[in-house]
Amino acid sequence: MRVGLLYSRIRRDEKLLLGELRERGHDVEKIDVREHGFDLDGTDAPLMDCDLVVDRCLATSRSVHLTEACETYGVPVVNSADTAAVCANKAKTSLALADAGVPTPETTVAFTPESALDAIEDFGYPCVLKPVVGSWGRLMAKVESESAAEAILEHKDTLGHYEHSVFYVQEYVEKPGRDVRVLAADGEPIAAMTRSGDHWLTNAAKGGEVNALDVDDELAEVVADASDAVGGGLLGVDAMERGAPRAPEDATGDDVEPGAEGGYTVHEVNHTVEFKALDEAVDVDVPAAVVDWLEATAASETTGLEVTA
Amino acid sequence: MTACTECGAELSLHDDLEVGEIVDCSTCGTELEVLETAPPSLDRAPELAEDWGE
Repeated sequence: MRVGLLYSRIRRDEKLLLGELRERGHDVEKIDVREHGFDLDGTDAPLMDCDLVVDRCLATSRSVHLTEACETYGVPVVNSADTAAVCANKAKTSLALADAGVPTPETTVAFTPESALDAIEDFGYPCVLKPVVGSWGRLMAKVESESAAEAILEHKDTLGHYEHSVFYVQEYVEKPGRDVRVLAADGEPIAAMTRSGDHWLTNAAKGGEVNALDVDDELAEVVADASDAVGGGLLGVDAMERGAPRAPEDATGDDVEPGAEGGYTVHEVNHTVEFKALDEAVDVDVPAAVVDWLEATAASETTGLEVTA
Repeated sequence: MTACTECGAELSLHDDLEVGEIVDCSTCGTELEVLETAPPSLDRAPELAEDWGE
C-alpha cells in the first residue's frame, strides 16, 4: 500500500513505524507538513494518491486541521478528524467520555479566574488545573491551597493565549503511585503498561517508570468504551485506578493489583499516541501490531468493510 | 563528519538517520534537525511549542 505519513518531527515512534512499513515493502511517503500548502480542494503535498495517510503531527493544531483537510479531499486518514478534534482538547474529551458513560474524573470548565476559583473551592484541596490543549504533563498544577489557586489562576489569565483562560478544573484522584496507558486500535488493546513514580504526575515523559500490564476484562471494557466515545482509531488511553492502595516506595508497578476497589477512571485519550516507551516495556512488537492495524484499515477503505482487530 | 551548527563540534551520527529526526549535540546540547541525510545536513531544531505532544 502507499502510505503517507504526516509529520513535522520524526520521533523514535515514527522511526519505528517507518522501519516496520518499509520492511513490509510498503511505499511510504513522508510528508513534512511545514513544506506544503493545503487548499480547499487539494494540496501540493504528495498525499492525494495515498491508500492511507497516517497523522503523526507533533503539533496538535496541525493534526486537527490536516486530518480535516484529508477527509475533505477524500483521502483516508487515521486518526479521523473527529477523533483528533475530540482528543486534542481535554474539555471535549471529558464531555465525550462522560456523555458515553465512561468513568472519568469530575471536571468543571470555567472562563474567569473568579469562577475557576469557585470551582476549585467546590472540589476542595488538592485539585488539579490543566490546560485544555497540551501534553507530556506540561503546565499541569496540583492545587493545594487557596493562595496557590489564586496565584496560578492569575498567571494563567495573563499568559497571553486565550486557551489559558479556559480553566479546566478537575478532582484530584488518589492513585496507587501509577497510572495506566493502554494502546488500542479501534478499542482493542494492543499492549498496556503502568507508569509509576513518586511525583503526582507519572507520565513516561515526566520520567515515570514503565512496566508491562496485562489488560483485565474491566480495563478492556473501559478502553473499548473510551475509544468509541472519542471516535475510535489508534489511541493511547490513560486511566487511573481509584481507591487502590499506594504501592510501597520500593515497589514496582507489578506490585499493585490493578483496578482495585473504585475501578478505572479515564483521564486522557491521546490521538497521535507515542509508543516507544510501551514498545520497550512489553513483549508485544508494538510497531508491528500498529502496522497490522494500518494494513487492515487501508484494506477496509478499499473494500468498505469494517476493521475488526 | 558533520559539525554542530551552534558550537561547531563534530557530530557522530548513526547510520539510519531520517530526515526530520532530531539529534542532540553531545558537546553543547543543542537539538539539531536533520534536513538531509546524504550527505547529512543539520540545522537548529524548532523550539518546543505549546501544542506539541501526543
